[in-house]
Amino acid sequence: MSAPAIKVRESILSRTAAMIIMGVCTVYFLVPIWWLFVGSSKSREQITGTNPIWFADFNLGANVRELLEYRDGVFLRWMFNSLLYTGGAALLGTLLAAMCGYAIAKYRFPGRETLFNVVLGGVLVPASALALPLFLLFSKVEGTNTFWSVFLPSVVNPFGVYLARIYATASVPEELLEAARLDGSGEVRSFFTVSVRLMFPALVTIFLFQFVAVWNNFLLPLVMLSDERLFPVTLGLYSWNSQVTGIPELRGLVIVGALLSITPLVVAFLFLQRYWRSGIGAGAVK
Amino acid sequence: MRASLRSASVLLTSALLLAACSSGSDDSGSGTAAASSCKPSSGPVTLTYTSWIPDLEEVVKVWNAKNPNIQVKVQTGPNGNSGTYQNFFNQLKAGNAPDLGHIEYDALPSFRVQDGLADLGGCDIVAKAKDQFVDWTWNQVTFGEEGKVFGVPQDAGPMAMFYRADLFSKAGIAPPTTWDEYAAAAEKVKAAGGYITNFSQSDINQFAGLAWQAGGRWFANDSNQWTVSMTDPNTKKVADYWQNLIDKKLVSTVPPWTPEWDNAYNTDKSWTWVSAVWGANSIATGAPKTAGKWKVAPMPQWAAGEKKAGNWGGSSTAVFKTSKHPYEAAQFALWLNTSEEALTLLNEKANLYPATKAGAALPALKKGVKFYGDQPIYDVFAQASTEVAPDFTWGPTMTSTYANASDGFKAAVSGKGTLVDALTAAQASTIQTLKSQAIPVKE
Repeated sequence: MSAPAIKVRESILSRTAAMIIMGVCTVYFLVPIWWLFVGSSKSREQITGTNPIWFADFNLGANVRELLEYRDGVFLRWMFNSLLYTGGAALLGTLLAAMCGYAIAKYRFPGRETLFNVVLGGVLVPASALALPLFLLFSKVEGTNTFWSVFLPSVVNPFGVYLARIYATASVPEELLEAARLDGSGEVRSFFTVSVRLMFPALVTIFLFQFVAVWNNFLLPLVMLSDERLFPVTLGLYSWNSQVTGIPELRGLVIVGALLSITPLVVAFLFLQRYWRSGIGAGAVK
Repeated sequence: MRASLRSASVLLTSALLLAACSSGSDDSGSGTAAASSCKPSSGPVTLTYTSWIPDLEEVVKVWNAKNPNIQVKVQTGPNGNSGTYQNFFNQLKAGNAPDLGHIEYDALPSFRVQDGLADLGGCDIVAKAKDQFVDWTWNQVTFGEEGKVFGVPQDAGPMAMFYRADLFSKAGIAPPTTWDEYAAAAEKVKAAGGYITNFSQSDINQFAGLAWQAGGRWFANDSNQWTVSMTDPNTKKVADYWQNLIDKKLVSTVPPWTPEWDNAYNTDKSWTWVSAVWGANSIATGAPKTAGKWKVAPMPQWAAGEKKAGNWGGSSTAVFKTSKHPYEAAQFALWLNTSEEALTLLNEKANLYPATKAGAALPALKKGVKFYGDQPIYDVFAQASTEVAPDFTWGPTMTSTYANASDGFKAAVSGKGTLVDALTAAQASTIQTLKSQAIPVKE
């Protein structure tokens, strides 16, 4: 990075103000997570009896063990399910979205714009509005309460198609594809060896968007599933939390469970935030 | 009893009305068919049972081991109002509802109105079981309809007063036995630095229990329509009473079931809680520092010498209309809710208080409870259970009624409006909801 030609000296005042605002925002967003962490480290008695944002006896290990042992380790099963639903659907969905967006961007065929507009219309339909119709559809084929009833609808990602098309138009030059064709590469091979690499930043963005969307789509599993062994972790913790009136013991487990369940998301974001940012930027400008 | 008999006929009319309105033309009239066809199936059957009772699998395992021909599969979900009831309705629409479902008494009418429940009145075993159940619980599942039964009572929530015996005696205050004494004690407790209790801004069903005790009846029917009367004189009396305590700041008003709320009990701030039998576990878990200091006494009465109790909670095991094996389902539901082994397990695993008369005599419910200074607290609740008036009827749209009343209660505890305002508003919106669902209702 070279020094900017014109140096704008910020006044101390505006710098301080900016720092204070950022500081307040940071605290605002971190306090709930801090509370969650502190709460997870407390024994059942101490959750209510001690200072909510500072540690009492450090019992995190024991709490985690209790959580993992509760009901034959159903929590681990939920975590695994969540990863399968979100990770699996996001991977497969990204691939499909990339192929679809790429095809719309690079091939001319009748109905291309209509197809694209229909997909674009799909972006406007919130996932939660589809949960009930999907339930009725799956009921027709007796497919409710199965892994597929949550997985298949999650694979669909119209926003990803949109993003992939925009990005493919901008970043995959026709000339390059032409050259590949002349060299004897088939369309599929060109897609995987040439185009996918050029589209990679967009693909990471699509993956992340979809990962978050599937993770947050709580209504679909709520409506579809009644077998505890198939629950994603969000639904499982929600079920426990809805029962604390009758079984107060569950509150501690819900707190520890919530902490553990956000850990993979935090890790994913820390590693992928670079792509995330550039992807959002790309989507915003194009 | 007569009131609920009438209510039942209205339920039936509205159910038929709804069935006629809905597109499924083939299910109208099958209600009577299902009742008469309560016959044992031939060959082995598998039943599904959706419930959010914790560790229900353990109880069902006992049944499955003994009944190889009637295997029960447990399914689960969040607590009813948090999603499972809505799932039941969706599943009924799609035709894949489970055979059995866990339904609280206050939600049962909504399923009846939507014609979702199988009538077990034709199953001889169910009709015969009537006398085993506490009267008011049986009325909750029959709606007073002659010869019809829409579920098997499972548990009950008779109410009593939990109080801090140590604090009361230290402050020289006698534990109140009437509501007047309770209000007088509230002043003294405030002077001693505490609150007599925490008024819940969102447990409308607790308030309903208090109104139930005072003679309030929120829902009723004449020959062909629902009447909503959430502001009848008896309910108003209860609302004014608590409004007075709120106005004088003699009760705390933290949101219930939060750590803050637990903390109020754990740190000697709240001295009593008029709650249901299952509340015993809530205090023991939420306020562990106060072990040995609580006792249980009957609910304060509106007139000295009266013996009336309210009820908060309780649920039934219902069989859905779509079940192909209502007889076996009923057989299982009866075993689950009347046999000593099942009731003992349900109490031990899930803290359920049985709805049967004999259930009160379970060995587990006769023992002194350590947290309550070895007082045999369940004797108090067993007594209360017999003092619950049998003629309280829930409305068919309690979820929205609760939500509306709770909005008003939240405003009232923060000084905007009163509890009576809240109930008036809830009544108006309940009537609106009934109308919008084409359920006949009196203006």
